[in-house]
Amino acid sequence: MELALYDQTIHQLQELLQSKQLSSVELTNQVLNRIDQVEPQIGAFITECRDLALSQAAAADQMLAKGEGGPLCGIPLSIKDVLCTKGVRTTCGSKILEPFVPPYDATVITRLKEQGAVMVGKVSMDEFAMGSANENCAYGTPKNPWNTNHICGGSSGGSAASVASGECIASLGSDTGGSVRQPASHCGVVGMKPTYGRVSRFGLLAFASSLDQIGPLTKDVRDCAMMLNAIGGYDPKDSTSVKESMPDFTATLSSGLSGMRIGIPKEYFSEGLDQEVRAAVENGISLLRQAGAEIIEVSLPHTEYGIAAYYIIAPAEASSNLARYDGVKYGFRNQDASTLLEMYKTSRSQGFGPEVKRRIILGTYALSSGYYDAYYKKASQVRTKIVEDYQRAFTACDALVSPVTPTPAWRLGDKADDPLAAYLSDAMTICTNLAGLPAMSLPCGFSTAGLPIGFQIQGPHFQEGTLLKIAFALEQALGISQRRPPIST
Amino acid sequence: MQITPEEITKVAHLARLDLNPAEVAHMTDQVGAILTYIDKLNELDTTGVTPTTHALAINNAFRDDVVIPSLPQSEAIKNGPKQNGEAFIVPKVIS
Repeated sequence: MELALYDQTIHQLQELLQSKQLSSVELTNQVLNRIDQVEPQIGAFITECRDLALSQAAAADQMLAKGEGGPLCGIPLSIKDVLCTKGVRTTCGSKILEPFVPPYDATVITRLKEQGAVMVGKVSMDEFAMGSANENCAYGTPKNPWNTNHICGGSSGGSAASVASGECIASLGSDTGGSVRQPASHCGVVGMKPTYGRVSRFGLLAFASSLDQIGPLTKDVRDCAMMLNAIGGYDPKDSTSVKESMPDFTATLSSGLSGMRIGIPKEYFSEGLDQEVRAAVENGISLLRQAGAEIIEVSLPHTEYGIAAYYIIAPAEASSNLARYDGVKYGFRNQDASTLLEMYKTSRSQGFGPEVKRRIILGTYALSSGYYDAYYKKASQVRTKIVEDYQRAFTACDALVSPVTPTPAWRLGDKADDPLAAYLSDAMTICTNLAGLPAMSLPCGFSTAGLPIGFQIQGPHFQEGTLLKIAFALEQALGISQRRPPIST
Repeated sequence: MQITPEEITKVAHLARLDLNPAEVAHMTDQVGAILTYIDKLNELDTTGVTPTTHALAINNAFRDDVVIPSLPQSEAIKNGPKQNGEAFIVPKVIS
């Protein structure tokens, strides 16, 4: 069965657009109609921008007519509401930024615009990207398109849900401890967290600056490579972006796995792993072996300390980054406060939600006088041990494969009152960020309840090409990349 | 207990947050549980281990000191919840 236009991939649509069989205005209208149809059930968007999308689509059609524009020209995208978009409200999922309209674009947005891409709206996220279920958003919780009683994952939940449900062709999210890979896994789409420094963070609202990275969510692996091509590369506006060459990541997708060594980190397959997740991932591993890869077992012995280290380091950085929300320069202010201190305190207390407050308190405590060595320094030393684990593993193999999450998506509300339980679900994604490595998630099967199961690939710094090659081989072998969720309309 | 209600109140003040008594109690339990979990880090001997604060070995990123166009003042302050076109207005600081 032919997929509806809104369910197709960037590379399929790019062909139709460039051969003039389809205009971007037609395509964008189809996607906007799809949003009308399914948004009541899914709830992925915070701000839709229909007029802007249609005018961008008309401009893209002119670029296409002249043979101009990039590979994403005319393609409707959704953007996580953590990225500054000039003239379009950017809330970060928080009440404290409800009125904020950025006067500039994030570098990744500038790059998409240069290609002629279309933005249909800003999508939901956990407030300040803090969460694993997208239940911490001040503007509502998106639902999992495969089963709307289940979470879509977080924090880039709106990105994953909008891609899976055909409310856009692809999306950009951000990943601080798994926030692209985990919702991608739960919604059955492809997600990548590039190497720290690969993609400019200029215009990304900061959560934890040493961990944050922007990444694509797409319907297949080739689209992921196309998005990375568009957004990656050095940017003088981000002093942590790296002057590393940017290959064409689509060129090497199908070059095969012969001679490649893939490591299985045994710590990722412990007792608590869901049996269906284990079976789907092991099936994926055997397909990679059949495709020519050599599979070896490796050990990352400090994996179990990742969450503990992360929940010091990330909140510590967040407590500092979020100090800027003081009711003075932008965002919400309690106008009734009569003193400066009262204005700071009441504006922040009314503007931030409970999870953000919890992490600010935790981070402030960890950095406060007398506790710095016990917490922040200790966590940063454990971070070194985690980095060394990976360095050792990558002397023996080219990439590591594992599950993304220990279970498929849980039911809405199940972990909402137990922050620690939600934190523990990030055990397999967090160490990647502590080490600044690239990693991706792609669908590798479904549970008997029909929920998607994700397959994670991690690699050495700047080896996104290797990850994409492995992902492409697995996607070809599995043959499930055309499956779409059964959303009743 | 890993953290007392008094410490939560003190840290909240440092972070410029107002918490009501119910929030303090809830926060004490939840932050306490998280800190108990984090104590796991003490299972590891990290004597002499150099802390990692940044995943890549990047040193200072220098550039030439040249003036480039930046946001005009009116754009830069237009998101201020209270401003007069030139400056942000805040409650009186010195009384």
